[in-house]
Amino acid sequence: MNKSVLFGALTIAGLAAGAAAAGTLDDVKARGKLNCGVTTGLAGFAAPNANGEWEGFDVAVCRAVAAAVLGDKNAVEFVPTTGKTRFTALASGEIDFLARNTTWTFSRDTDLKFDFVGINYYDGQGFMVPKALGVSSAKDLDGATVCIQTGTTTELNLADFFRSNNISYEPVPIETNAEGQQQYLAGACDTYTTDASGLASTRATFENPGDHVLLPEIISKEPLGPLVRHGDNEWGDITRWVLNALIAAEELGITSANIEEMASNTNNPEVARILGTEGTLGEMIGLDAEWAKRAIMAEGNYGEIFARNIGEETPIGLARGLNAQWTDGGLLYTPPFR
Amino acid sequence: MSDTHSESTTVSYVRTETIPQQAAPANAAGPAKWIKDNLFATWANSLLTVAAIYVIYLVLASTLPWIFGGVWSTGSLRECREVLDGATGACFSVLTERWNQLLFGFKYPTDQYWRPTVAFLLMFVAMAPVLFFDLPRKLLIVTGLFPFVAFWLIWGGTIWTPLFALLSVIVGYIVYSKLVARSFAAGFFGGIAAALVFFWLSGFIVPSLTPDEPFLEAVPSRDLGGYMLNMMLGVTCVSLSLPIGIALALGRQSSMPLIKWVSVIFIEFIRGVPLITLLFVANVMLAYFFPPGSGVDLFLRVVIMITMFSSAYIAEVIRGGLAALPKGQYEAADSLGLDYSQAMRLIILPQALKISIPGIVNIAVGLFKDTTLVSVISMFDLIGMIRGPILASTDWAGVYWELFGFAALIFFVVCYGISQYSQWLERRLATDHR
Amino acid sequence: MSTITDPQGGTFRLSMLLNDTRYRSTTLQVIAAIIIALTIGYLYSNLAANLEAAGLNISFAFLGSPAGYDIGQTLIEYDSQSSNLRAAFVGIINTLLVAFLACVTATVFGVFAGVLRLSNNWLVRKLMSFYVEIFRNIPVLIWILIIFTIMTVSMPAPNAFRGETPTSSMLFDAVAFTNRGVYIPAPVWGPGSLVVVATFVLSIIGIFAYRSYATKLLYDTGRLLPRFWPSVGLFFIPTILVFFIMGSPISLDYPALKGFNFRGGLQIGAPLIALWFALSIYTGAFIAENVRAGIQAVSKGQTEAAAALGLRSGRIMNLVVLPQALRVIIPPLISQYLNITKNSSLAILVGYADITATLGGITLNQTGRAIECVLLLMLFYLVISLLISAFMNVYNSSMKLKER
Repeated sequence: MNKSVLFGALTIAGLAAGAAAAGTLDDVKARGKLNCGVTTGLAGFAAPNANGEWEGFDVAVCRAVAAAVLGDKNAVEFVPTTGKTRFTALASGEIDFLARNTTWTFSRDTDLKFDFVGINYYDGQGFMVPKALGVSSAKDLDGATVCIQTGTTTELNLADFFRSNNISYEPVPIETNAEGQQQYLAGACDTYTTDASGLASTRATFENPGDHVLLPEIISKEPLGPLVRHGDNEWGDITRWVLNALIAAEELGITSANIEEMASNTNNPEVARILGTEGTLGEMIGLDAEWAKRAIMAEGNYGEIFARNIGEETPIGLARGLNAQWTDGGLLYTPPFR
Repeated sequence: MSDTHSESTTVSYVRTETIPQQAAPANAAGPAKWIKDNLFATWANSLLTVAAIYVIYLVLASTLPWIFGGVWSTGSLRECREVLDGATGACFSVLTERWNQLLFGFKYPTDQYWRPTVAFLLMFVAMAPVLFFDLPRKLLIVTGLFPFVAFWLIWGGTIWTPLFALLSVIVGYIVYSKLVARSFAAGFFGGIAAALVFFWLSGFIVPSLTPDEPFLEAVPSRDLGGYMLNMMLGVTCVSLSLPIGIALALGRQSSMPLIKWVSVIFIEFIRGVPLITLLFVANVMLAYFFPPGSGVDLFLRVVIMITMFSSAYIAEVIRGGLAALPKGQYEAADSLGLDYSQAMRLIILPQALKISIPGIVNIAVGLFKDTTLVSVISMFDLIGMIRGPILASTDWAGVYWELFGFAALIFFVVCYGISQYSQWLERRLATDHR
Repeated sequence: MSTITDPQGGTFRLSMLLNDTRYRSTTLQVIAAIIIALTIGYLYSNLAANLEAAGLNISFAFLGSPAGYDIGQTLIEYDSQSSNLRAAFVGIINTLLVAFLACVTATVFGVFAGVLRLSNNWLVRKLMSFYVEIFRNIPVLIWILIIFTIMTVSMPAPNAFRGETPTSSMLFDAVAFTNRGVYIPAPVWGPGSLVVVATFVLSIIGIFAYRSYATKLLYDTGRLLPRFWPSVGLFFIPTILVFFIMGSPISLDYPALKGFNFRGGLQIGAPLIALWFALSIYTGAFIAENVRAGIQAVSKGQTEAAAALGLRSGRIMNLVVLPQALRVIIPPLISQYLNITKNSSLAILVGYADITATLGGITLNQTGRAIECVLLLMLFYLVISLLISAFMNVYNSSMKLKER
């Protein structure tokens, strides 16, 4: 009897080992769902609303990828990850795609074996202080107690900034944004630091947002972008070009409202190539012709996504700044679709 | 003595009748005496009493107005503060507004809340015959069916998966009863193996039977949350860890060096590290140990780690119970010619487990409290909901006391209830006529 | 049950491996060994396959590279250029610090509450059992969060000490309670302070020597020397004398509000205080139960016998009840200490830089070396636990009742 247990275990082990990992695209198609890693909750970027549906800037990117690959923008399983778990979740295959304000750095790209597929938000680490403190520059923060939301590269930037300016500080690392707010509002720290977009998003939830200012210094470059596992270039290409399609759509004036019209009677050949009425771009990345059309229809083009989730009309109230199209003096510049 | 007494009966100043009984003096009976004895026996005692009354006053004076001034029906903190208008009072409206989120998490389909609720109520029926021996034994059928029904209710999806799981248990039992005549070990392991094989085989049939629109909508375990998650983790892990704990305890006592050392290393390792590091393992490491693409989800990984954790502690409690049995019991079993499994099943374990029950209940209470740690690894249990979505929302940022107070209360009720039950059981099981 | 008659002679059948008591245990162990080896091999091959698929490797080289982040409260020299290994050491020392502090205060709370639970005073008794039940039945995680929130929300910010009409003021102008921590005066060691410290240490030794001499004298001759006042005198007088003779070498550095924070003095950070207090008050409730059980375990006959010998109630406690109760109290007490050490890993909730927050938190985040960090973390806790268990075993065997 013990023998049969043994053989059973062996067989199961053998079968499991035989099911070797196929390409991510095939996995996602077979599963019918895209597993997308997002934050555990940052208003404007990724947070569940009152009905438990995820929405936000990063969420929209996930939905666009799902729409392009699976044809359904709701075929996404959102996996909340913390700063600690996101890389393991991606590396171990628990998620296919990580869209969680992750800074593109050298070591993450190389040592941790990930591929950043582009940049969807140019950010930088900033400081928020109460107006009453009378501080106008981060260099005046000598001796201050600083609350840091841990997780991204914040601690390292902060240490570098204070060291290079030869001033001291008292770090208080905080796990969640809610606890950071609590500490900061109670005066347990003089300043709160994280990515400037996150600060704006946090300030928007305060009772009196006007009592707090963001200091002018942006102490780091934080190009935030979605990432995938290194080595699966096919999947990397798909996600990279979905993101590019969203950005290019804004540049070319394709919106979710006029997309049908654009598809049927455009005389701009690049628009026609993106929307699949001309050329075989979809085929080249293993998708059908209308992949980009679906991606743009899902949540709109980059500008629409920005305006709806974090733009100046929203409580978050972020200006486009660096995140404007290159034609408007920003940094968004996609390679041509050709 | 007696003759002097009889002589003096005629003396006029000696009473011949007994004095009628009188009530005790006012300060030697009733509340006054009680107060004097229990509160003001000595001056040090009086001092303590005054200090205690002062402490009680301080606590009540600060909390009672806050509780009774509470506001129960506003949509956000700002509204609540407007209603209160500077008066002291709690914003309990966060509890009413987010009630469902606190209980079920924010992702569980809103129209399906009845499912976990039914499962929760069924749990009482299923646990009753285990907890109270006087109830009719037939109720144990409900207990046996409960895991499958609860699984189906909470996760939904096709009914065939839990049904086949149930069938494989039955198959396992049949194989066990066929083989047990030869030897218990053969029956036991054979039964388990048969059940596993049957369940594995059923995995090929179930997908073809699965309807496109199952009767109960499937809910992925990622969508579970709130207090429901604490409950599920607590109940699942305690019930799974009992048999493993018994096996480990027996393994640790085994005469076979290999079995013994494996058990010892496992138990000491698990007991030596904090649960939080095991949860880190579940969260960031365990995924690497499963076959690529197997997609074992976080809930299952956490259940595995917590079960390992509690089974090591339960094993130690049971080992204590085994060690407390007089050696004569073992020798008596041997002298009756019982083999190892018979001795254990019929003589040793029933007594050892009885001794261990209070300890096991303690572990269970501790484990239930420890399920709150999953909030650290981004699972949205009750505490995770409070620390994450609720306190981070624009509406309710800054409501701490109401939420923490609620969480504390709900845990207190359950844990205190269980510990009271354990004390009752201890009295009930005290058969040694001391 | 059929009895197995062991076969005479050498006819060996395969079924004997399971049915013959001579071979059965070996067979079972071989089977167990095979299953264990297969399981480990299976897990390891999965790990290797997964790591290879992800292009990762296991390497501890990151420990030597600069950590890059700062830590609020450190007891050893550390800055952002120190290595990750050093950051881990900072974490280890912080873990041990908070665990030690919490063990001491939890014992005080526990003994206090445990003894008072047996008090004659009904109100105090009820109050103490209320404390014990409330704290035992609510998760420590909730207590840590509650106490940390009390610290930050209810204590004044340093700002409240500022301005013409501050809303808060320092205690005796020396101690400041703020929501960033408690600031107390710190000693400044001038030249010659070593002599003062040495005198102090010597007088402590002197006190012990005197007391053991007094005891010896009492047992040998029956003469009773006063103990209390000479001890007090020895404790204070030599040190104070030397202090002034050396010209007051030790001065106090008082904290003062400068810039954003209090400067000078000794700062005990709010995260440390919150964690320390939460752990001690939570574990104190468990220790109270152990103490109560220990005292109640001493049979009443012992107290009565001691009373019959004419001992005063204080002496009954000291000489008869406590020595016997301690035997019962100490083993669970040590396992509570172990629990404190393990629960201190929840420091991550309050931003206290213990080992879980440095090695298992920021270092793990920044390097992405999850497997290595978690393994090292578990190793650390395992070593601590095994050390404490070993100590407990030594204690238990030394305290064992010497029976026949």
